[in-house]
Amino acid sequence: MSGKIMRGLRAAALSGTLVLGSGVAFAADPIKLGVLEDQSGDFAAATIGKVHAIQLAAEEINKAGGIDGRPLELVIYDTQSDNTRYQEFMRRVLQRDKVDAVFAGFSSASREAYRPIVNQFDGLAFYNNQYEGGVCDANMIVTGAVPEQQFSTLIPWMMEKYGKKVYTLAADYNFGQISAEWVRNIVKENGGEMVGEDFIPLGVSQFSQNIQNIQKAKPDFVVTLLVGTAQASYYEQAAAASVNLPMASSVNVGQGYEHKRFKPPSLKDMYVTTNYIEEIDTPASKAFFAKFKAKFPDEPYVNQEAENSYLAVYLYKQMVERAKSTKRDDLRKEIAKGDVCMDAPEGKVCLDPKSQHMSHTIYLAKVGADHSITFPKVWEDIKPYWLGEAGCDLTKSDPSAQYTPSNPPPKP
Amino acid sequence: MDVGTLAFSALYQFGDAFAFLVLSACGLAVIFGMMGVINLAHGEFIMCGAYVTVSVAHTGLPLPLAIACGAIVSAMVGALVELIVIRHLYERPLDTIVATWGLSLIATQGTLILLGSTMAGVGTPFGSFQMGGYSYSLYRLVLFFMALAVLAGLYALFNWTRFGVMARATIQVPHMAAALGVDTRLVYSLTFALGAGLAGLTGGLYAPTMTLVPTMGTTFIMEAFVTVVVGGADVFLGTAPAAAVLAVVKSVMTSWQGQLFGQIGLLVTVIIVIRVLPKGISGFLLRERA
Repeated sequence: MSGKIMRGLRAAALSGTLVLGSGVAFAADPIKLGVLEDQSGDFAAATIGKVHAIQLAAEEINKAGGIDGRPLELVIYDTQSDNTRYQEFMRRVLQRDKVDAVFAGFSSASREAYRPIVNQFDGLAFYNNQYEGGVCDANMIVTGAVPEQQFSTLIPWMMEKYGKKVYTLAADYNFGQISAEWVRNIVKENGGEMVGEDFIPLGVSQFSQNIQNIQKAKPDFVVTLLVGTAQASYYEQAAAASVNLPMASSVNVGQGYEHKRFKPPSLKDMYVTTNYIEEIDTPASKAFFAKFKAKFPDEPYVNQEAENSYLAVYLYKQMVERAKSTKRDDLRKEIAKGDVCMDAPEGKVCLDPKSQHMSHTIYLAKVGADHSITFPKVWEDIKPYWLGEAGCDLTKSDPSAQYTPSNPPPKP
Repeated sequence: MDVGTLAFSALYQFGDAFAFLVLSACGLAVIFGMMGVINLAHGEFIMCGAYVTVSVAHTGLPLPLAIACGAIVSAMVGALVELIVIRHLYERPLDTIVATWGLSLIATQGTLILLGSTMAGVGTPFGSFQMGGYSYSLYRLVLFFMALAVLAGLYALFNWTRFGVMARATIQVPHMAAALGVDTRLVYSLTFALGAGLAGLTGGLYAPTMTLVPTMGTTFIMEAFVTVVVGGADVFLGTAPAAAVLAVVKSVMTSWQGQLFGQIGLLVTVIIVIRVLPKGISGFLLRERA
């Protein structure tokens, strides 16, 4: 028995591959997927689930025969919520490990840190995260939701329900600044008024002054775009000071599951637009959640980034099998056809050829006084329209730049 | 808005910043300010206190008792760390930086591995009160009075008790104190444990108001070092006036230009103070005695 195992191991060592967790024997070379996610540091709470989701998808795919008969091998590094680690490991996976594609990044700062390296080595990176939008880069595929999907649904709905005076509390870096710009524009378009904006440096955990500023401005609701575990202390402190205002967000609940972590009712009347959270009550969502919990019973929460990461593996599989290649240009030819779609746990999603971003089903999640989740509204098939309309067309040119509403792509 | 409301809100913001600075710094003031051990694991003692407090509170014990448990456990961990690591490095201050930094990394990552990336909170007690159009958290006032109580307690401890006299003697001239029959090793141990316990107390006090994550200690570190460096070596005469000055700078800058400028204000103040008063505020106040 042990002799057999040893011989098997030796054979595996000789052929240079050892595919773990696979029940099927493969003849072909593996397809290598680099996974750079924060498994420690400030962002870990929201991102460990991404790694697990990728492991789950890879295991399922390998059990079912791999991608086009080739096993999927994961090369996983812990980026420690540290931008320089992203740069270091991105070089490593592209140069030394020679992966076929990379799944990488949580914060926008980390994405912008590694993106030039992906461009330099002409790799292919999936960014499976909701973010502030605007990345027009042929080396990037974005499966997360963007502001036109999250804010153009959320803000008008909130203004109709609660009123037109809006206050934004945002993290002070590219994500918060650009998202706040989106909020400002949408509020203005809908005839509302920004009564205040506060930008908070990352890592700040004390909010007494901001709470007072908000009370002074008397908004109808507060848009909270706070990022990281330190800033999440705001909700507890605002609740303790009885701010009692409805909150709207594109990042909370769906990412950091604050409604599970904080004692009710500190997140009461928080409204979030998300493309997935584990409470979504559809058969596809329930099935995904059950599979996830079966493999990772201790997972505290299955968030939208976990679902994005999971579906991205299947999307990559579909593209490789259609293109019969792992080369980026061959895959992009498939994307250009405009029919790279799949039935994900959230519902049907499609890749937009112009921006390489993804259409989503957007769920409006409301947190109740007991921190239970209800869904007052669901928008189906919301497209990431802005970047394409603004003039980014990756099928024609690749500017490898990030644009914002105040800094749109140059018109051809 | 009338003058009274404005004055109260300014005072409240000052008190809030003051409490955060004093409580962040008090443990470090003992370990770094007094003993001279550059303790980069200070934030992790705070995290330890917070985690113990919340774990105990989850079992159903009242919050004040839970906070006391947090402080006591941190003090015991501190005593253990002193015994195993710090004790051997008193003559090598630069090496303590590396050792305590290593400890902090081990503590953060160990907590992440053992207890997961986050822990459910306990909620802030006492609710809120109204004052001229604003509502305030009552617990924040409790924190302010706790900060004052800690300062008063430290003053009493180091000036009026036998332990305080022995601790000051041991740290000033260790061999002289030893010659007079003081068990200097024990005094060092107890003083370090006191500092760690104070950090744990801070963690316990702030635990109900914050997100509980393994890295939570880092949010206290900057304020702690800034306050101790500005304050200088004396725990009471340094920390209290330093925190008062810095709290004014921070609350005024924050209310005027936002959080970023509050932080910039703190750091600029430190640069100015250590340029003008190299021994900190307590060094300036005590220079006649020196």
